[in-house]
Amino acid sequence: MNAPETRMGEQQLEAWRGFKTGEWQDKVAVRDFIQLNYTPYTGDDQFLAQATERTKTLWDKLSNLLKQERQSPGQVLDVAADRGTRINAFGPGYIDQSLEKIVGVQTDAPLKRAIFPNTGLRMVESSLEEIGRTLDPKIEETYRLYRKDHNSGVFDIYNPLIRACRSSGVITGLPDAYGRGRIIGDYRRVALYGIDALVKFKNAEKAETDDFDFTEDVIRLREELSEQIRALGELKEMAASYGFDIGRPAATAQEAIQWTYFGYLAAVKEQNGAAMSIGRISTFLDVYVERDLQEGRITESEAQEMVDDLVIKLRIVRFLRTEEYNSLYSGDPTWVTESIAGMGKDGRTLVTKNSFRFLNTLFNLGPAPEPNLTVLWSTGLPKGFKDFAAKVSIETSSIQYESDDAMRPHWGDDYGIACCVSAMEIGKQMQFFGARCNLAKAMLYAINGGVDEKSGKLVVPGFEPIKSEYLDYAEVDAKFDKMMDWLAKTYIKALNAIHYMHDKYSYERIEMALHDRDILRTMACGIAGLSVAADSLSAIKYAKVKTIRNEQGVAVDFEIEGEYPAFGNNDDRVDSIAVDLTERFMNKVRSHKTYRNALPTQSILTITSNVVYGKKTGNTPDGRRAGEPFAPGANPMNGRDSSGFVAAGASVAKLPYEAALDGISWTASATPDALGHTLVDRVNNLANCLDGFCGATGFHINVNVLNRETLLDAMDHPDRYPQLTIRVSGYAVNFIKLTREQQLDVINRTFHVHA
Amino acid sequence: MNDIAKPLGDIPPAVVDENGRLCGFVHSVETGAAVDGPGVRFVLFVSGCQFRCLYCHNPDTWKLHNGAPRPVDDVVAEIGKYARFLKFAGGLTISGGEPLMQAHFVREVFYRVKKEYGLHTALDTQGFLAAHLPDDWFDPVDLVLLDIKHIDPAKHEALTSKPLQPTLDFAERLVAMRKHMWIRYVLVPGWTDDWNDVERHADYVKSLSERAPGCIERVEVLPFHKMGEPKWKELGLKYELSDTPAPSTELAERVREQFRARGLFTC
Repeated sequence: MNAPETRMGEQQLEAWRGFKTGEWQDKVAVRDFIQLNYTPYTGDDQFLAQATERTKTLWDKLSNLLKQERQSPGQVLDVAADRGTRINAFGPGYIDQSLEKIVGVQTDAPLKRAIFPNTGLRMVESSLEEIGRTLDPKIEETYRLYRKDHNSGVFDIYNPLIRACRSSGVITGLPDAYGRGRIIGDYRRVALYGIDALVKFKNAEKAETDDFDFTEDVIRLREELSEQIRALGELKEMAASYGFDIGRPAATAQEAIQWTYFGYLAAVKEQNGAAMSIGRISTFLDVYVERDLQEGRITESEAQEMVDDLVIKLRIVRFLRTEEYNSLYSGDPTWVTESIAGMGKDGRTLVTKNSFRFLNTLFNLGPAPEPNLTVLWSTGLPKGFKDFAAKVSIETSSIQYESDDAMRPHWGDDYGIACCVSAMEIGKQMQFFGARCNLAKAMLYAINGGVDEKSGKLVVPGFEPIKSEYLDYAEVDAKFDKMMDWLAKTYIKALNAIHYMHDKYSYERIEMALHDRDILRTMACGIAGLSVAADSLSAIKYAKVKTIRNEQGVAVDFEIEGEYPAFGNNDDRVDSIAVDLTERFMNKVRSHKTYRNALPTQSILTITSNVVYGKKTGNTPDGRRAGEPFAPGANPMNGRDSSGFVAAGASVAKLPYEAALDGISWTASATPDALGHTLVDRVNNLANCLDGFCGATGFHINVNVLNRETLLDAMDHPDRYPQLTIRVSGYAVNFIKLTREQQLDVINRTFHVHA
Repeated sequence: MNDIAKPLGDIPPAVVDENGRLCGFVHSVETGAAVDGPGVRFVLFVSGCQFRCLYCHNPDTWKLHNGAPRPVDDVVAEIGKYARFLKFAGGLTISGGEPLMQAHFVREVFYRVKKEYGLHTALDTQGFLAAHLPDDWFDPVDLVLLDIKHIDPAKHEALTSKPLQPTLDFAERLVAMRKHMWIRYVLVPGWTDDWNDVERHADYVKSLSERAPGCIERVEVLPFHKMGEPKWKELGLKYELSDTPAPSTELAERVREQFRARGLFTC
């Protein structure tokens, strides 16, 4: 690639003063810049500054708005229903301009939501209707007569079988009516290079394809690059409307934070992706903060103020959703995931003071579900940071941990987490999000020859049911295997259709403008109900399972005679079944052709959809009752992990990351007393458990440290717990924003207590 | 002169299975306990206890046969699955029930775990049967979690159904052996919260501590809770403390302060 005169400008000289030079100056290479310029921090939390009066005043103002939002119909404060959103659909908006150090909101006022018709007008209409608002008729007309949306495109392609799978719930949550999300722009590029240089780089990337044959692939790519360049121009204009020239690179910490945030803001102005993660910005920004501190430009307190202010903005990202969507992904999540810490390939820790400052916002502003602060844990992290993270978990239950030791060998040391557990190298990789399919229900389909156990309808033609009274392990396993073949095939067809149409009608211009041209795409499939399926097979193998059939001959219930080993007790007899199912389904997915040759991966993650999956699934051979929620993610079924959380974690850690490269989610809840009698004990014990889990090849853990009584009280008195935060599966939610059903599901989950 | 009174109680004989393997009755295991000794512990709950504490939260461990017999090899192998983790995070605690009821089995498990994995080991006991055991029985035990359930002999017997003296005798032996100890007791309003009793209790622990400096690592005041009540009902037993409240935070802190006033690390 030709370096488009990036070294020359005076503005760059000023912006890059004092930085170590390297190849990052000649091409877009943020990692190179970080590696050459960051300052690892191995101390403790003593340097941190508390919230200033300004921060508290600003947060109080916002808290009032948040309260009004909770009390509004559908918990939506306001909607701009008069225009479809794009980067420059709105003029500037503020919480309180005189107080804000970092500015910018999605529309022209905080918490006022935009509409995103490109992903699906139908969804916009229903979400507006649900809160008693109506769509501007001109927009309806535009999409009826002149413009097609993603949702309509997908349904042009779906076949009857895919539709049947969607409605029976064997495949659920597909991003065919909402934004797929899980794409992380490298927003740091805006700060490091400025928009003008980025446009030059993009033009150069496009020019390289001038002489290619114009095949479909190349045509699509060239159109995408043109859109990306256009979007960068709009981003620059948007920043100008707030009074900033981001054509040039950022020259101070405040500018670096502001520029990075503008990049992100443009993305959430234009896309309502299910998960809109921000990436891995804290250590990058620390380079600027460190320089300003060295130059005497700012104090520690001012540095913290800027981080607090950024986090305030990230806490109020909002999208307009439907009730149906909320029942799957409850609590209005946006997954503004920020990945913190981890280790570098050279063995130095990537922990900086900014890693602490980001976590410290949970003390300065109180607990909150967003941004989804994710600590990339390694046994090699400095003790001071491990202890601080553990302390933050114990006091706020707001952070999650993912094993950097598991991910670094696959994705290097500059990856970020999209959504909950999906790792991707920043700016070099994206995924086609595929929600998940229901393995437990597929097993019932195997037993019943493709007849749905709830509706009695034939969903999957061509399969013979099992006719024996007692289930035979070999027979069930063989039929289940065939059913998984069919499921994988149908599932990939649906995903290919979705992502083709998403690229066509709702392309993520600005996010992709902040990627390299040539990237790795993954097709991120997922499975739900793993522990139900594994326990069911275990019951069939180690106990006796008798079928109970209705008049139609459909097995609608099961009687278990004897006992069986359940997943979650570190018992290889059943854990090996869970491992086998994971690997087998992954291999089946791999055998299909994917859109844009995406690399197939899968996650074992449900978010809060375990409740909906449970609702849509009849009685299962493990003894689970019809309608009962599944365990979330890769969790053992509630109450069956009776040997304590170390055994439960050991079972989950056996699930191979290689067969679930999109992540394996485990949520563990403990009462504070169960972690130790003193804060020092609790911090030590939690940090040691994280080291233990990570060392045992565990992948992800959500840690909740709460009393069940607190949650029960919060159900009765939500007003007393405006900020009560709890980790569910891969993200955190404001507990009082969950549906009652989901609140009960959380309360009924295994709490590790000391009795 | 040689007329030493036979110690109270009896240790049941060792249990051997049909293959000649030494077995113990195991009620359950907990792999991630963080309040039964330092760090995160594998806790082996064995069955059988002579005490009938009114507040007992595990009455389903009172009888030996409440547990299932398991060979030592099997138990040691299960602990071994966690050894790498327990080595840096905590260790093994044997609790119950009352572990000394199965002294043959318990000793063998401690010995093997110490020898094969080098784990930190803790024994959670009230010490009632300790007088039956020689000093070297305790060699593979790093820490004793000693429950002194009440300092007043009469009240102790009313609360637990057994006399206090064997526990105090055991504490003296532990001092002589310079064993490390955590002294624990359950704070039950109306039963173990009397100011003067707590003063005596704290004085006593202080005297132990003075005679074996550094050996009393901490005192744990465990607030009474009623999580075990349903188990009493399931077993058809009458639970006497249905109307007894859990201690308030203030009460628990007051009691802890009484111990702290004597320089004892208390939580």
